[in-house]
Amino acid sequence: MSVQKTKLLAISSSGGHWVQLQRLRPAFEGCDVTFATTRDSYRHEVEGFRFEVILDANRTQKLKALLMLFSLLKVLLKVRPDVVISTGAMPGYFTLRLAKLMRCRTIWVDSIANAEELSLSGQKAGRIADLWLTQWEHLARPEGPFFKGNVLGD
Amino acid sequence: MILVTVGTDLPFNRLVQTVDEWAAAFGRTDVLAQIGETEWTPKHIPFVRFIEPVDFNKRFSEAGVIIAHAGMGTILSALKFGKPLIVMPRRASLGEQRNEHQLATARYLEALGKITVALDETDLRRRLESLDQLEVKARVGPYASQRLTESIKHFIAGGNAAC
Repeated sequence: MSVQKTKLLAISSSGGHWVQLQRLRPAFEGCDVTFATTRDSYRHEVEGFRFEVILDANRTQKLKALLMLFSLLKVLLKVRPDVVISTGAMPGYFTLRLAKLMRCRTIWVDSIANAEELSLSGQKAGRIADLWLTQWEHLARPEGPFFKGNVLGD
Repeated sequence: MILVTVGTDLPFNRLVQTVDEWAAAFGRTDVLAQIGETEWTPKHIPFVRFIEPVDFNKRFSEAGVIIAHAGMGTILSALKFGKPLIVMPRRASLGEQRNEHQLATARYLEALGKITVALDETDLRRRLESLDQLEVKARVGPYASQRLTESIKHFIAGGNAAC
């Protein structure tokens, strides 16, 4: 009997969020991984993995946000993940929300760039992520987010 | 080669201008600036708007010193490549960022002994003038802490979130 690998969607914005997502790679071992981000040029950094491009938006761009949602939904329907993980920012948060509706298990790793308080997306992610992590010990709370180390290696 | 990098989203005139003026005053011809959306363009040093990821890694690994905004992508890359690094945080109060997270992150990472921070232009000028004394403060391996990756792996495999 063959065992199906866990299908994992690892998704983030470009820049620092993406660099942090890549540093989590050992966690994805044994999974069937798809990476997704907002910039096509990152494709070369994940050779050997499936790769999808999503649209970006921020809080002030309503039409772009709608198009972004469609692009996220498209990726989710294509990948049909069991687990979705994101290091932010807003597109990652919305992916987790959509993934929750599809009964995926969800992981939010708040960016290490949020040292004083969680990002807005990170705070809202607490209500939907099955595993909700901060990278700063002083931001951890008993009910979450939890602190389990950081991308620096500490 | 000194690589200046300020990310992509919003302008960061203060950093670019300070480095440009320093390079002119001290006759430095070994500086390249990635300036993103910065409106003010350098008068003395070569600059590009964006550097594609593959090229960026090459530039980064060849650079002798990195001078940058307090973006985590840049900071993590500098720590991974073991490059001397000065970061100047973008300030939301000056329209350089959407909130003050760069300032907070820079302060916390400085307190952990990971990076050298210049809080403003005067501080940056002072640090540039003693650039030969700049040291690599910390290094990181290729991946996050084993505790973090194992916790996530455990959860992916069906384990409980809180343990």
